[in-house]
Amino acid sequence: MSVKTIRTIPQERTPIPEQQPEVRVANFDEVALGYSTEDALLESERCLICPDPKCIAGCPVQINIPGFIERIHEKDFRGAYDVLTESNLMPAICGRVCPQEEQCEEVCTVGDTLEAVAVGRLERWIGDLAIREGWSNVPYIERNPFKIGIVGSGPAGIACAADLARAGCDVTMYEAFHRPGGVLRYGIPEFRLPNPVIDAEMENLTRLGVKIECNTLVGRLFTLEQMVDEMGFDAVFIGTGAGYPKFMGIPGESLNGVLSANELLTRCNLMGAGDFPNADTPLHLGKRVAVIGSGNTAMDAMRVSKRLGAEKVHCLYRRSRNESPARLEELQHAEEEGIDFHWLTAPVEILGDDDGNVRAVRNIRMELGEPDSSGRRRPVPVEGSEYEFEADMVVYAIGTNANPIMGQTSKIALNKWGYIETDDRLATSLAGVYAGGDIVTGGATVILAMGAGRKAARSIKQYLGIVDTESVYDLDETERGTRRFGIDAGQKNFVRMRFPASQPNGPRS
Amino acid sequence: MYEIVARQDLSETTYLLEVAHPQLARAARPGQFVIVLSHEQGERIPLTIADFDGERGTVTLVIQAVGKSTKEMQQLCQVGRSLLAVVGPMGLPTAVNDVRKVVCVGGGLGVAPVFPQLRAHKNNGAYTIGVIGFRNRDLMFWKDKFARYCDDLIICTNDGSEGIAGLVTDGLAAAMKEHDDIDEVIAIGPPIMMKLCAEATRPRSIKTTVSLNPIMVDGTGMCGGCRVSVGGEMKFACVDGPDFDGHDVNFEELINRLRRFDSDEREAMDRWSEQCRLMNDG
Repeated sequence: MSVKTIRTIPQERTPIPEQQPEVRVANFDEVALGYSTEDALLESERCLICPDPKCIAGCPVQINIPGFIERIHEKDFRGAYDVLTESNLMPAICGRVCPQEEQCEEVCTVGDTLEAVAVGRLERWIGDLAIREGWSNVPYIERNPFKIGIVGSGPAGIACAADLARAGCDVTMYEAFHRPGGVLRYGIPEFRLPNPVIDAEMENLTRLGVKIECNTLVGRLFTLEQMVDEMGFDAVFIGTGAGYPKFMGIPGESLNGVLSANELLTRCNLMGAGDFPNADTPLHLGKRVAVIGSGNTAMDAMRVSKRLGAEKVHCLYRRSRNESPARLEELQHAEEEGIDFHWLTAPVEILGDDDGNVRAVRNIRMELGEPDSSGRRRPVPVEGSEYEFEADMVVYAIGTNANPIMGQTSKIALNKWGYIETDDRLATSLAGVYAGGDIVTGGATVILAMGAGRKAARSIKQYLGIVDTESVYDLDETERGTRRFGIDAGQKNFVRMRFPASQPNGPRS
Repeated sequence: MYEIVARQDLSETTYLLEVAHPQLARAARPGQFVIVLSHEQGERIPLTIADFDGERGTVTLVIQAVGKSTKEMQQLCQVGRSLLAVVGPMGLPTAVNDVRKVVCVGGGLGVAPVFPQLRAHKNNGAYTIGVIGFRNRDLMFWKDKFARYCDDLIICTNDGSEGIAGLVTDGLAAAMKEHDDIDEVIAIGPPIMMKLCAEATRPRSIKTTVSLNPIMVDGTGMCGGCRVSVGGEMKFACVDGPDFDGHDVNFEELINRLRRFDSDEREAMDRWSEQCRLMNDG
């Protein structure tokens, strides 16, 4: 095979086919349709298979990116899936929702000169192919006697559960809702992440032996302390998400028609409110919807509103487009779909009619001043610039505060903002209890939560004295595929464990 | 799935379900609530726990058939059938310590959820006064159950067919006249009733606890639909409540927010009634 160079590879990033904006605003089908085999093969040619790849370190779960892309290039698609699932059980989900442009693709060597290799699109393509083909990698698992409880079935819990199940632990995952998936299910709309994709990749988790218990509100049905002391869990991971939506405290927030993006999205995504009255949960969508905030959740809320028939959807953001925290792709999609963006605009009051319903929003224009603590220029109100526009629904998508339930029901230490305090191994103040994801960091992304879940799994394995096979995966290519103890060392499927001298739920030392 | 092990029809519109859920029955405390979902297309309905029995492993819910979902449940929820989801116990439990004399006021559907609080106070050694109100004697339920845990029981009916003729506020006034050493009043019922109880106790500064049941989806603090104003601050009833100081609650706001889906609820109700009519005709 001839050596690839930046000059010999396809210069243009292979575009992904998309539904046209005027069509997609009337349906909940996926916007990005995914690569064809030809697209994927063409794009795989663009990866230089760098000897010192930066993309792997750029990935929160350290996927062997050149490894799987090279397999695609060799048309060994199953091999590509095997490489992906060494690090990530959910390529079809992550390929869709990861902000690759600020992770693997940001540090891509090709990206220094040309557009970066479309890692996310290739990952999704393999993930989708695996679902179509019915592939799943259930490794040989040597059972150990440890019982693990996972609180929350969102991305952090999923990643942690998968790693511990593969290490041989008996894993039970608890979810308060009646369907598992956490934010993947209730938060991210179908047009970005279809439910069948979530179902298919969650199925892989149950194939690994993870038990999923829905309708279980940990903390209240039983406490963290009970899990460790009475229910026989050797370790617990908390991945409950942040989930306590913020409001601004401006007048009019209790009017009917004002709600959080979490509520809007949950009603639609989980409860099927778009299909009311066939589904019993109503939404009472407005005709003119104003969404406050400009992150990914705001984009989702606006685009859901548009699809459900809102005539006008406004976005209010106090900073400018450049500072918008949404992924550029999401922002562009929203712009194409006709969202009316009011940059440098902050609401100051929500106005109601005589019946207590929203009728208008009063805003003030902002300008950017000196940089603030986040390094972004601080928005400053422009005096005398207030104006109103009509709205009958106002949606808050300005982030969340910490959910208080764990703190209310256990002695676990919280930081001053109410998030769970952990050390750098994600251990909490309770022995054997670990935490990660939004409930530790505050609102972030799916993949960062998955990264935290994996990190906690490593710490839990250390805590329990399970000798991790992580080193096996770090073997270089020449050792890959050699067999140890009758098992392929290149597969993440084998754990050598020792029984700890002390009891597993004894003190850490 | 959570099996219905007993059912009792308390009136044409009010029914009691006893649901098997041993873990929940052990964990439940007075003042807490559950969310139930009867089927895949159903909605999540918050219901205050009316009773729980750790030994039998059941929780008791008293439901008023007011909308499509609760009327449909009235038809579907027979003994032996199951609910798709029963999740809880949610909310902060009521604090029952240090109260020597307490009045527990239950109006209409509030009669059932105030019972666990009454029992807890009685078991804690408090002098308990029950004030329960119904429109008329036919709608009355749990008289004996209350009598067992009350030092005084005042029953109020609108038409005087049982006990005193009047509203629970009249019963509360009678109790306050009789006793000048009431430590706490707990009032559960429709928002307007809780508001009137809070107004009745305000002049004497008697601590008055109310249990709020606003519209919510998840019940875990995630959606914020249940936000209420208490003492000028925004609180989420599901995780900061559902019990609040009745003197601080903005009831007008609560009442308005409970009307949020009125037109949708009417639409769902009309459509469902029509479907039932067609099915019966067919």
